[in-house]
Amino acid sequence: MTPYTATVEVRLKHGVLDPEAETTGRALERLGFELEDLRAADLFEVDLDAESAEDAAERAGEMAERLLANPTIHDYEVTVEER
Amino acid sequence: MTVAVVQFGGSNCDRDTVQALAHLDIDAELVWHEDGLPADTTGVVLPGGFSYGDYLRAGAMAARSPIMGEVRDAADSGTPVLGICNGAQIGCESSLTPGAFTTNESARFQCERVNLRVENADTPWTEGFDEGEVVEFPIAHGEGRYEIDDGRLDELEADDRVLFRYCDEDGEATPEANPNGSKHSVAGVLGDRDSVAVLMPHPERVSLPDIGHTDGQGVLRAFGE
Repeated sequence: MTPYTATVEVRLKHGVLDPEAETTGRALERLGFELEDLRAADLFEVDLDAESAEDAAERAGEMAERLLANPTIHDYEVTVEER
Repeated sequence: MTVAVVQFGGSNCDRDTVQALAHLDIDAELVWHEDGLPADTTGVVLPGGFSYGDYLRAGAMAARSPIMGEVRDAADSGTPVLGICNGAQIGCESSLTPGAFTTNESARFQCERVNLRVENADTPWTEGFDEGEVVEFPIAHGEGRYEIDDGRLDELEADDRVLFRYCDEDGEATPEANPNGSKHSVAGVLGDRDSVAVLMPHPERVSLPDIGHTDGQGVLRAFGE
């Protein structure tokens, strides 16, 4: 078994309104920053031991499917690194 | 013979719901989620509140708690199941009902009375109303914007699975009368069966005559049949 960190990034699907990100963007503009757009995402780092990087990615993907993301509104991406 | 009002850590409309049901002479009891559904359960309410502090997403944690397997079995066998507010979020998170409730378009918590148009009066939850009738319920949520992909929403509408829409007092579902930016002004939907429903507005808060309006009784009476 090898120790890995699987990173799961969960973000709203393209086209789904994100009022929190819009509010955050507006607050940055109020502070004087110039920006075109702002998107927010949730990042989960999961430490786990697995036989291979593929195995670690598969398990993290299942975590995303079953809890970390809501497939109705979210897309997610999994990356794996040795820890 | 009892309606189980399921309490999670952070539920806070559970006792209101029992009181509203009791007023309608419907036997109801509080059921702590870890205790499981009573053997004589004749109905289930997933009440409003902030289960698990809305961690991750509103309703996400409660939807994965073991009692929800029992609630699903009950729903599949025809037992009426109603999710109100946080219970609606739990219902969608657990796929008892389609879609998702997410952050209000305003990005604010909204607590106000809204008008709802009865879209389908041929369900246990709405048979006391007429189709197109306008009723007044309160909302109190930060994450009540109904989201679903367009194709799935078309299917729901074609199959008459939308229960209530936000509307103005004349029954028009205008953007101004949509408090949270819900897609097509959807405020409540049915699950696979008519006996399973969720809605963000609170029928239990407009069911006691002492409080004033009693439009919510129509929804809760489904448990008395």
